[in-house]
Amino acid sequence: MSREWLDRLQRWAPYAVTPLIVLAALPAMGLTAWVTLTVAGLTMGMMLFLVASGLTLIFGLMEVLNFAHAAFVTVGAFVTVSVLGPLVGWTTEPSLPLNLLALLLALAAAAAASGALGFVFERIIIRQVYGAPLRQILITIGALTVIEQLVIVIWGPEAIALPKPATLRGSVFLGASPIETYRLVALFVGLAVAAAMQLILTRTRIGLVVRAGVEDREMVQSLGYHIRRVFVGVFVAGTALAGMGGMMWAQYQTLVSSQIGDSMLILVFIIVIIGGLGSVGGCFIGAILVGLTSNYVGFLAPTLALGSNILLMALVLLWRPRGLFPIGEQ
Amino acid sequence: MAGQLHKVPEQPSDQATVASAPVASSSKLGGGGTLRRISWLSWIVSDDPPGRLLLNAIVLLILAAFVFAPFLFPGAKALGVASRICIFVILVASYDLMLGYTGIVSFAHTMFFGIGAYGVAILLAKGWVGWGAVILGVAAGAGVSLVLAAAIGLLSLRLRTIFFSMITLAVASFAQILAQQWRSLTGGEDGLTFSVPAILLPSFRPLSHPVLGVTINGPVIAYYLTFLVALLLFLVMLRIVNSPFGRVLQAIRENEFRVEAMGYQVVAYRTMVSALSAVMAALAGALMALVLGYNGPDTTLSFSLMIDILLMIVIGGMGTMYGAIVGAVLVVLAEYYLQNILGAINGAIAGTPLLSALFHPDRWLLWLGVLFVLIVTFFPQGLFGWLRQRR
Repeated sequence: MSREWLDRLQRWAPYAVTPLIVLAALPAMGLTAWVTLTVAGLTMGMMLFLVASGLTLIFGLMEVLNFAHAAFVTVGAFVTVSVLGPLVGWTTEPSLPLNLLALLLALAAAAAASGALGFVFERIIIRQVYGAPLRQILITIGALTVIEQLVIVIWGPEAIALPKPATLRGSVFLGASPIETYRLVALFVGLAVAAAMQLILTRTRIGLVVRAGVEDREMVQSLGYHIRRVFVGVFVAGTALAGMGGMMWAQYQTLVSSQIGDSMLILVFIIVIIGGLGSVGGCFIGAILVGLTSNYVGFLAPTLALGSNILLMALVLLWRPRGLFPIGEQ
Repeated sequence: MAGQLHKVPEQPSDQATVASAPVASSSKLGGGGTLRRISWLSWIVSDDPPGRLLLNAIVLLILAAFVFAPFLFPGAKALGVASRICIFVILVASYDLMLGYTGIVSFAHTMFFGIGAYGVAILLAKGWVGWGAVILGVAAGAGVSLVLAAAIGLLSLRLRTIFFSMITLAVASFAQILAQQWRSLTGGEDGLTFSVPAILLPSFRPLSHPVLGVTINGPVIAYYLTFLVALLLFLVMLRIVNSPFGRVLQAIRENEFRVEAMGYQVVAYRTMVSALSAVMAALAGALMALVLGYNGPDTTLSFSLMIDILLMIVIGGMGTMYGAIVGAVLVVLAEYYLQNILGAINGAIAGTPLLSALFHPDRWLLWLGVLFVLIVTFFPQGLFGWLRQRR
């Protein structure tokens, strides 16, 4: 009896972490700040999820850890600058549909550019280092440096300002709590992408192959699927997602520099580790956890904000060395 | 354990399981060469000379250049470059213990470098003076590094290569944040400026006349201190990789499961080597602080420093030790002088917009990065490893 309960507790405990943190934060800061910060944390989590999900899927399927993932974030951010530059008429116009259309175009362009670059990248760089973790890490770090330097060559070394569209600048009030309008857009985009991903992974044939590939690559191969081809698709999709994350993040920061991807990379790694390498669901929960923790701690103890996520990771790893939702345990 | 150390497996290079690690190192199989014939020299380099005539000559030439550096290349800038190379030789060779010899990828090496530098910097900036304070600072930095590296190792070296490298990346960035924010201790972004012992100051001149046209002063003495420590630590590390302990490390790199099956505790060996390498990095950091009289987060903790180390080790050659020397010399020289070359090219093609941006003097990292990717792709054993293999 008690054994069975313990088992059940073990299985459900990882799911309880996020709600517990959200509840624990409430008495510490009061309702008004809590609502604002929770929404802010969820939004940040969604943007991080866009980037982290691609990384974790790529790892899960082919055991390729792409340190250059950050470069695709940077490329997405700078493509946004190039797209929204000529569309400045649309973004300064105080009309919501025009503003949203401009953002949507930028999102599509960022995804397309990063995805296309990802396709080339897989051919030139990744293909030669399958199954060689040491060379993988080295070559992708090198490629990260090269792409970032090329971004500087194309867009220049100075950070570029990227003001938010006219109608998305202020805040709306939820009760007494102010919530930035742009956050709502980001939250919506993030949830939409997460839902689409979930649908593709669970309801389509290709999603089934991808999930099966994550569990057991050889078996899927022996059933006649060309896993390399599937992987190219996943790699392109993953890098396109990174580009989208870069676009959303750039617009949120309103300032784009060649470091924008790097600044995200460590958070993304933390998320992927917390969630369990290769697990998309774990990645989603990890992203929200990291987003919430950053915002709560940033409010309660600002000096600890940057380090809090690393502490969070250390705690999770002490409890579960392979992450909250390790692959192959469900 | 001491008994175990002697039944070390021969390098299982027939095992193609770990395709990643470059098979270099161990020149014990190859024939003597000039150094081999002189037994005390051979003892100094732990029976692991650079290679045959050409490579020995190159290494001896570099060594000679460093012995006479203040006289061959006079001027404060050249002396600074030479000191920096010596410090990076320690840093890169100690990183090679992990990456090249054991097959561990850590991104926390700059963290230990920084801890060593802050150990000296904090004590001297807080008003302690003299060599007593320096020694205390070095000991503190090395001690903290040892404990921290052992703790990280025990917690995460059981996991796979990739996991460990991600965790060290996170921990290293945490250290950087800590150094930036803990203003009362580290001086935050501004860093710490402090006065080094009087012997190392420019105003200290022990000799009334210049020697060979060079005034012997504090910075020259600081350079020789750095050089001698670097030389000594390098030889110690060369001894370590050629010891039975070093053979176990290489066996772990080649086939971890086989080593485990033979009764060696792989985690213990990995933790030991990462702690050892952390202490070496801390010593290098302490030298950096002494040479500069300053330490800040960007000087010793930044991630770009980690990229520099990777560039040096990969360009020089992993798993060869001597590759650290070649890599450090080439990359540091490139950092200082590639800008001039790029500037010249840039001036020649000033008209074309994109092309001239590619050759902008500040884009030296781009070209080193391209070289890095090419070397990982086509010469995974690096420049030195490639030369050694050609024989």
